Amino acid sequence: MTKYIIRRIVYMFITLFLIATATFFLMKALPGSPISSASKLPPSQLAVVEAKYGLDQPIPVQYAKYMLNLAKGDLGNSFQFKNASVTELIMNRLGVSVLIGSQGLILGVALGILLGMIAALRQNTIWDYGSTLIAIIGISIPSFVFATLLQYWLAVEWSIFPVGLWKDGWMSSILPSIALAMGPLATASRFIRTEMIEVLSSDYITLAKSKGANGFEIAFKHAFRNALIPLITVLGPLAAGLLTGSLVIEQIFAIPGIGEQFVKAIMSNDFSIIMGTTLFFSVFLIVIIFVVDVLYGIIDPRIRLSGGSK
Amino acid sequence: MEKILEVKDLELSFHTFAGEVKAIRGVNFDLFKGETLAIVGESGSGKSVTTKSIMRLLPEHSSEFKNGHILFNGKDLTKLTDKEMQKIRGKDISMIFQDPMTSLNPTMPIGKQIMEPILKHRNVSKSVAHKEAVDLLRLVGMPKPEARMKQYPHQFSGGQRQRIVIAIALACNPQILIADEPTTALDVTIQAQILELMKDLQKKINTSIIFITHDLGVVANVADRVAVMYGGKIVEIGTVDEIFYNPQHPYTWGLLSSMPSLDTAEEKLYAIPGTPPDLLSPPKGDAFALRSDYAMKIDLEEIPPFFKVSDTHYAATWLLHPDAPQVDPPAAIMERMKKYPGSRYYDGTEGGTY
Repeated sequence: MTKYIIRRIVYMFITLFLIATATFFLMKALPGSPISSASKLPPSQLAVVEAKYGLDQPIPVQYAKYMLNLAKGDLGNSFQFKNASVTELIMNRLGVSVLIGSQGLILGVALGILLGMIAALRQNTIWDYGSTLIAIIGISIPSFVFATLLQYWLAVEWSIFPVGLWKDGWMSSILPSIALAMGPLATASRFIRTEMIEVLSSDYITLAKSKGANGFEIAFKHAFRNALIPLITVLGPLAAGLLTGSLVIEQIFAIPGIGEQFVKAIMSNDFSIIMGTTLFFSVFLIVIIFVVDVLYGIIDPRIRLSGGSK
Repeated sequence: MEKILEVKDLELSFHTFAGEVKAIRGVNFDLFKGETLAIVGESGSGKSVTTKSIMRLLPEHSSEFKNGHILFNGKDLTKLTDKEMQKIRGKDISMIFQDPMTSLNPTMPIGKQIMEPILKHRNVSKSVAHKEAVDLLRLVGMPKPEARMKQYPHQFSGGQRQRIVIAIALACNPQILIADEPTTALDVTIQAQILELMKDLQKKINTSIIFITHDLGVVANVADRVAVMYGGKIVEIGTVDEIFYNPQHPYTWGLLSSMPSLDTAEEKLYAIPGTPPDLLSPPKGDAFALRSDYAMKIDLEEIPPFFKVSDTHYAATWLLHPDAPQVDPPAAIMERMKKYPGSRYYDGTEGGTY
């Protein structure tokens, strides 16, 4: 197990290095620079600014410098937010995004599991059809449509929640979380339903019945854990979906999250923030995928995580 | 002998898209305390369905009891509520399944799976249940039972898993143990071990066993009595000796003839011609008539009743009717019958009854 984890961590660093390299050169290939919007400056002053930020140097040199700093843990300074360090900027914004993201994921997956279980246990009844309908709606309607509908009904018409911004603490996080939860909810309910139906018809469920177990014990003690594996598999991509989802949702609700800042940075060619946020997202995803792999082994003892011996 | 289970006129149908499948069409048998009753027959003859209906393990929405009853301890199992049935399953009646590779929960340690019925049906603490589960594992011949309690099914071989399934079935000393082809998925050496184990355990806890199989060699090894099923009905029932050495129904003749034997010089193994009847629209008379060399006109028109051969031996074939012509069974069967004192072909000195 330790061997396995060490190997995975080494792979993580290699992945990160590749992502950083690719993003760096892609970014440089884009037209424009952080100071191109300030192009009204006379060329002499432009040159001074470029020299100050090292933008006048050849790209390979810039790349080497960036990577060296990165190795030291320095993500550089922002071009637009008064020279604040990127690490600081990300950390300031992180809390909000993590809050709505994790609330959305937990809410979506929990409700999805519940819906899927009900659908599987009451197969081909009104409960099943209802759950299917919700899942289809959740998959086919994009989250920003939900976001606007939620804003209109729950905030504007009934004034239960704030329309946007981050001024009412936790209350402000509710609508964006619900909007984000719809996707995971739909996916989770479909996966759990299909898998539960499959598991419920397997031999060990018949054996559990023959022991005298009741419906509840069969569903939760015997079937549920076996039905979780496929869901765990999509949990990684789902979490990734939440990140991209949050870019849009944070814009709609005008929430000062990391996604909103990322969009702004791309608009203004703020190289260091784009790099920093991309790397941050990557680390996040890689860690989630790793956690998913470990979860497999915990849920299903047949999937063993082991080190070298291949 | 004390009667423990009585199945009377049992009829059961499945509702499918194609229509009503009459899987069991009037099954009657009694099970006595401490005996082993084997139910034999080909695939689709209704043997598994019969036992699953005793346990009420068939899908509730698609299966339906049409007639008859299953009496156990004075209670009709076909009429019990789900809750009442849950109290009987695993406690009074338990079951061993065909495929040990799939019948254990892969994500639950085996100890927990054995403890489950103990905790469920008997008012004992977890530590007592744990101790009993270890004892059960030892009873079914699992080495180092204590250490293996925490292991998962994939860490055991097929034979070991079947031992675990047996341990689960025995957890509450059931009065009836239903074994649904428990050795079919195992190789022959393991098969013999499991059969030995079941015989030993039966002596120890004096349970009655219903043993479903299509392997007649296994039947000869374990059973006291045999019921032969065909097309959703029992066509012949009797003691092992009666069925093996004095069979009366043409289907039983076919079954016995298709059993490989070292005694005959015959190179080709006999196979019963044709296919089992379609139970969506069951045949009018004797379901086996169309595949039988011995079918008479009446076999196609009327279902034969049970004719008594001896106090323990009954067969549903018109051949036993007093007006039926005398026919000789296949040569191999006649050979068998010559060895049995009760048969009309008996050539020994002790004197037959015919």
